[in-house]
Amino acid sequence: MEKFTLRDKAAIVGIGETEYSKNSRMSNLALLLQAATRAIEDAGLTPKDIDVVIPAMHVIPFEELAVNLGIEDLKYAVTTHMGGASAVASLESAAMAVAAGIATNILCVTGWNGYSAMRASAIGQAGDASASAMPMLSPMPKLRDFEMPYGVFVPAQWYAPMAMRHMHEYGTTSRQLGAVAVACRKHAQLNERAMMRGRAMTIEDHQNSRMIVTPFHLFDCCLESDGAAAVVVTAAERAAAMRHRPVYIMGVAEGHPVPVDQIAARPDMFQIGLSYAAPRAFAMAGLTPKDIDVAEIYDCFTWVVICQLEALGFCNRGEGGHFVEGGRIVLGGELPINTHGGLLSQAHVLGMNHIVEAVRQLRGDAGAAQVKDAEIALVTGWGDLGDGSIAILRR
Amino acid sequence: MAQYIKPLPQITAETREFWEGCKRHELLIQRCKDCGVYRHYPRLMCPKCGSWNVEWVKVGGRGKVYTWTVAVQPFHPGFFEDVPYAVVIVELEEGVRMVSNIVDCAPEEIYIGMPVEVVFDDVTEEVTLPRFRTA
Repeated sequence: MEKFTLRDKAAIVGIGETEYSKNSRMSNLALLLQAATRAIEDAGLTPKDIDVVIPAMHVIPFEELAVNLGIEDLKYAVTTHMGGASAVASLESAAMAVAAGIATNILCVTGWNGYSAMRASAIGQAGDASASAMPMLSPMPKLRDFEMPYGVFVPAQWYAPMAMRHMHEYGTTSRQLGAVAVACRKHAQLNERAMMRGRAMTIEDHQNSRMIVTPFHLFDCCLESDGAAAVVVTAAERAAAMRHRPVYIMGVAEGHPVPVDQIAARPDMFQIGLSYAAPRAFAMAGLTPKDIDVAEIYDCFTWVVICQLEALGFCNRGEGGHFVEGGRIVLGGELPINTHGGLLSQAHVLGMNHIVEAVRQLRGDAGAAQVKDAEIALVTGWGDLGDGSIAILRR
Repeated sequence: MAQYIKPLPQITAETREFWEGCKRHELLIQRCKDCGVYRHYPRLMCPKCGSWNVEWVKVGGRGKVYTWTVAVQPFHPGFFEDVPYAVVIVELEEGVRMVSNIVDCAPEEIYIGMPVEVVFDDVTEEVTLPRFRTA
């Protein structure tokens, strides 16, 4: 019997985004519903056609989304809990649900008031010493008990020691981290939906930006944004008859580092979730990194991109810093990444915007940022303490 | 003692012996009674062999800085006065690693491989945090 595979079983047929801003004046729920209804409309469907809703990360419970959308027969309920890796991981659950015949049209959606509701200064004013610096998220118990008492509060502080160790072992430099930030900012200039459009950045701007947590300067850190994004996934055999050119999911996987709840204890800090997931996804797709035309790499921090490029096999361990230099990751280069500007310069909507951009690239709708003749796109997610997710998409 | 406004650990059944050891100024680390592997954070089961048999071993508290970072911006009101402050990951001689702070040197003097030893900081009447000093 032939081994079952998710390859080419599902397709993304609808995309939707809200405006990205620092002051949405909308609730989290309203943001998610706006992105959702836009994605459903883009697919040529109505909300009643949706039979599964997958919130990527628990910002809004699926119940509230389903009730507002008027879904009459919700066939499956699941939420992906992998922080920034949740969006791409939701594609995996969606592909499984359609491949298994459980569902027809699946909505994957996420977003938040990531600026207006979550500023550290706003939390400080509350004066609650037990507050998480990310108040929507309850901290993992072990982080709460063994790291927060020492002053570890935000994701930058989780990943910074990894980056410091990478610099120590492999000679990775701050200017190499900066090359990622500059590439994303350059691409944001081409994107009218990018929060940093009109604000060019040079490597010197990056080097001169204030230090947040060593080795991360301000411009190594992603934006904090209000906004939401969504996609609609359906079965491949239905997709061809729908409004837009379908984008097929060729390979999809998630992975988790060990131990999953503690970075410090890992014998090899650079064996991340994606180190497990990427070989699975490439094998499913029957492709190698050389086949990728454009890559949207989760970029909560610049160094995280470098670490993922190594785990994906675009370069060897320790060579990621060198890889991102010299224009290789800029449009026109060997591997254009984050053609929308990424979390660093478009908006931080938990990476669902990376999936939306990959779909635009494969539809040929990416405007000034279009990678010519893009046929294969790769999208990653990185979340919590290095959880990873990956999707390989084709037109 | 002035009001302590930094976060404190919640002491659970799983971690109580660790924190009670700290109060006595002893660093206790779990060791599997079946396969002998040390582990930290405290866990109910041995991730190596699945055993529930565990002993708490008083360790020497000596180790080296495995990696580190300096928070230049504060993220919590309890740390407004502390920035810039370093967070280190210490690898103990027994092989386990823990997140902590260095008490006796400036952030810019810390380096990977720096020898350190544990000290105990009685931050409240209930809680003592293990930190490290240069050795």
